[in-house]
Amino acid sequence: MADDDEIILSELSDDELVLQMHDDLYDGMKEEIEEGVNILIARGWTPYDVLTKALVAGMTIVGADFRDGILFVPEVLLAANAMKAGMFILKPLLVETGAPRMGKMVIGTVKGDIHDIGKNLVAMMMEGAGFEVLDLGINNSVEKYLEALERERPDILGMSALLTTTMPYMKVVIDTMKEKGMREDYIVLVGGAPLNEEFGRAIGADAYCRDAAVAVETAKMYVARKHNQLSA
Amino acid sequence: MSDALTRLLSTRDWLMADGATGTNLFNMGLSSGDAPEMWNIEQPDNIRKLYKGAVDAGSDIFLTNTFGGNASRLKLHNAQSQVHELNRVGAALGREIADASGRDVIVAGSVGPTGDIFVPMGTLTHELAVEMFHEQAEGLKAGGADVLWVETISAPEEYKAAAEAARLAGMPWCGTMSFDTAGRTMMGVTSAAMVDMVEKLPNPPLGFGANCGVGASDLLRTVLGFVAQGTERPIIAKGNAGIPKYHDGHIHYDGTPELMAEYAVLARDAGVRIIGGCCGTMPEHLRAMRNALENRAPGPRPSLEVITAALGGFSSASDGTGDDANAPRRERRRGR
Repeated sequence: MADDDEIILSELSDDELVLQMHDDLYDGMKEEIEEGVNILIARGWTPYDVLTKALVAGMTIVGADFRDGILFVPEVLLAANAMKAGMFILKPLLVETGAPRMGKMVIGTVKGDIHDIGKNLVAMMMEGAGFEVLDLGINNSVEKYLEALERERPDILGMSALLTTTMPYMKVVIDTMKEKGMREDYIVLVGGAPLNEEFGRAIGADAYCRDAAVAVETAKMYVARKHNQLSA
Repeated sequence: MSDALTRLLSTRDWLMADGATGTNLFNMGLSSGDAPEMWNIEQPDNIRKLYKGAVDAGSDIFLTNTFGGNASRLKLHNAQSQVHELNRVGAALGREIADASGRDVIVAGSVGPTGDIFVPMGTLTHELAVEMFHEQAEGLKAGGADVLWVETISAPEEYKAAAEAARLAGMPWCGTMSFDTAGRTMMGVTSAAMVDMVEKLPNPPLGFGANCGVGASDLLRTVLGFVAQGTERPIIAKGNAGIPKYHDGHIHYDGTPELMAEYAVLARDAGVRIIGGCCGTMPEHLRAMRNALENRAPGPRPSLEVITAALGGFSSASDGTGDDANAPRRERRRGR
């Protein structure tokens, strides 16, 4: 193998190119991902196949290595940034072709908490997995969450908190949803470094997600379950 | 060196720091989502009570209620114009309690992370971070803090910015990072990498170490990682009292005073000079820790097995240091 040879993406076969794109996502190479997406589309791939086989599959590897402590936040942010560039090209094409939707998520960090690194990662990885994501940013009051839920009608509400001083606010939001009789309309996922599964259950969330990779897996599982219930 | 912390360190083998701030303030009625720093001016008696709780329980060092007192964090509460005032008062209340204690107690001005990500992925630059930390440091200095206490940092860039801010403010400083992700900080810093970074700083801290993170066991594994680098610089350990549980509307950490006493003794035997707690560590934990530190004879440096037997298992198999740790499993297809 000639290690130092320049790789010409357009000269690779489809299979080779897809594997190369997985590598380039892993390394956070934005321009190469954009080029790869454009080549596959030009070769007649459906936007949905480009999304799932090249981008989502690549981000799954990134997610697994993040989960296993091989990659850390800086590398994942770079990968997600490359993914986002590819998605930017695909998004209008996906809409045009009526590609299947994975689901929709509204996500935000709770009131008083500025920490949005984990939340951003989850948003990016969810988009990377094909979900539509509305990011409410940081410092969200219960009113802001509810207003977004009623406007956007997502499948999933994601809440994040990193401080012991802000964690309990997630329960305030969930309790308010219960009071209004809308808790069961949504899948509620929570995350944040000091939390754990038991905490998630105690405040009435559907699940606690340890990291962004787990959030994606959990979201897929719950959305599939919800769809099954609806069709049953 | 004539600062108070250096003097106290030169007279004692170990010093005890304080415990939790947030957990204690919740128990006094702080609402979730509110800025704890506002209580420095709105509820000063509660802050005095917080500080006095630690001092009365035997802490030699306590941290001011200013963890989120930088402009970026206070902006959430529209209080970014009050950085100097909130920090000055937070430190001045501390000075008052320390001076009334009748013994040498260090007022450590707490400086937490900005919460922002550095460029190129985020918006934070070195200059901006230095400016924010410096503004906070001047407030803490004006209030009479003995030392700046930078804590729960994940990014090496942020640690370096805090070091520069301490130099600009002309204050001695200590700095700890939070190792909460597979033995590393969120940004991937290992214990060994932190020692390396600290020793290369133009303005190194009086002491460095780990705080918060996952549990007491993980924290001591990180400490052993520091020690393995052969550092002579005082090591700080401030671990959480177990794991958070939600109970009747508030957060409760499951670590008992007995467990934290075990942790304190193991930390000292591992070579830690400044031992304290973090989230969930209440005055009763501190009393048990102080009692154990004073009454239990020093032992050999604990092994990982001794640590897990006493405090429970680790959250990850490896601490991220060493040659074969966390090597990518993927075969690279080819170079570029």
